[in-house]
Amino acid sequence: MLKISKLVKRYGKGDPVLKDLDLEVHSESIVAIIGASGAGKSTLLRCINRLVEPTSGTIELNGIDLTALRGRELRAARRRIGMIFQSFNLVDRLTVMENVQSGRLGYIPLWRAVARRYPKEDIRKAYELMERVGIAHYANKRADALSGGERQRVGVVRALMQNPEILLADEPTASLDPKTSAQIMELLRSLSRELSLPVLINIHNVAEAKAYSDRIVGMRYGRIIFDAEPAALDQRAMDEIYAGIPAEERGEAGDAAALQVQPA
Amino acid sequence: MSPTPDTWRRPPMISNPWLRYGLVVAVILYVVWAFSTLPIDWQQMSEGVTRAQRIFSGAFPPSFERSNLLISGFLESIRIAILATVGGVFLSIPIAFMAAKNLSPLPIYLLGRGIIIVARSFHPVIVAIIFVKAVGFGPLAGVLTLIVYSVGFVAKMLAERIEEIDWGQVEAMRAVGAGYLSTVFYGVFPQIMPRQIGLSIYQLDSNLRASAVVGIVGAGGIGSTLANAFGRYDYDFALAITLVIVGAILLSEAISGQIRKRIW
Repeated sequence: MLKISKLVKRYGKGDPVLKDLDLEVHSESIVAIIGASGAGKSTLLRCINRLVEPTSGTIELNGIDLTALRGRELRAARRRIGMIFQSFNLVDRLTVMENVQSGRLGYIPLWRAVARRYPKEDIRKAYELMERVGIAHYANKRADALSGGERQRVGVVRALMQNPEILLADEPTASLDPKTSAQIMELLRSLSRELSLPVLINIHNVAEAKAYSDRIVGMRYGRIIFDAEPAALDQRAMDEIYAGIPAEERGEAGDAAALQVQPA
Repeated sequence: MSPTPDTWRRPPMISNPWLRYGLVVAVILYVVWAFSTLPIDWQQMSEGVTRAQRIFSGAFPPSFERSNLLISGFLESIRIAILATVGGVFLSIPIAFMAAKNLSPLPIYLLGRGIIIVARSFHPVIVAIIFVKAVGFGPLAGVLTLIVYSVGFVAKMLAERIEEIDWGQVEAMRAVGAGYLSTVFYGVFPQIMPRQIGLSIYQLDSNLRASAVVGIVGAGGIGSTLANAFGRYDYDFALAITLVIVGAILLSEAISGQIRKRIW
């Protein structure tokens, strides 16, 4: 279980990006975080695995306060948190297998990583997961030779190799075409069910958020102003979350077509 | 209303006309003054022409009689160049990481930059004179000189490449809980590898050229052979050495150019 309380993040002396934010996520649910650019969605995710240092507040993952950790303990906590990125963040010049195994870097000793002498069980696990998401035949290809959707699958497998207790996905489909994007969302949802993993997804595409999540959290100016099941996200709530932005810019009109490609 | 203009001139680079024309006049005046105050002794120059004639007539035809001396000098130069390249490149890697602003804390960064600035601020000939004084005549002085020279160039270029890396790949490695060295080996090295190899080959080529120059001040190799030949007025042997140096440099440039072209 993830429990965030009174989280504040302030860059420099300006207005805080996150303002006394409270959020609880229980196991096995997909939580979509929506909100306009600059609402603090990315900062929130990066505070959880401490890629961004929170200013104050606490973040507990399964009973351990992540905000108090340093050095080795912090790295041990990070490997329990899988992250999936908008631009995939694969190591372009390495093979798919090396990228997948990089998810184990927090577990294996340096010499194994440098010499590419990965433990047998890690290699078996990598093949199983790659098989599961349909990229096993790319194991020896360089990551930059793959298409966007394939690369994000590598990103997902890398995160799963960590044996994570939670997945954070920062706009995982924003760089993908509508069809691939729906496939990745579907994949995240089914993996969440299979592995009973909670997944936090930052997402701009509200239609996808509604279709694939169990719960929607709406953020505006560093605060959570909406938190309910997708069906409860009505026009009034939308207008409040995206105050000042017309509905077409939210991608609702364009993405209805995307959903028809692969119905939820 | 005025008619639409049909002429256009590019605005001058320096918009103030006084500054613009003043600068041109100042440069012309300085060049004239500098040339007119240069001590030129026409008498000495005409004597120099006959001296030059004597040298050139003594140099033709080039003499390859003492070719074993030439070959041993040359092999020593190659040895100096290879040792200096290997040593210099190995030293350059940690220094480049220190001198990369995105990876190092400020004090380390300043130290790294400081080392590079010192290594770059003197021409290899001056460094060679110092090392010849310090460790005596011979190839060791040459190797040490060219190590300094290699560090100045390779570390600087590599540090600049490190500062340009895609940070997302590093962020991903931090997110999986990898330690500093694992992050460097997976998130940074693959990105800088092509540049690293290209720089090393270029530096080998450059060190071979420079080893001929630093040899003249006593740092061993073919340059020392050349300086000795001049000292003994063996102009024909000196010309032979010069021709071989030119040939070798052409050859090494062709080879290194080919290799760098094929690296990806």
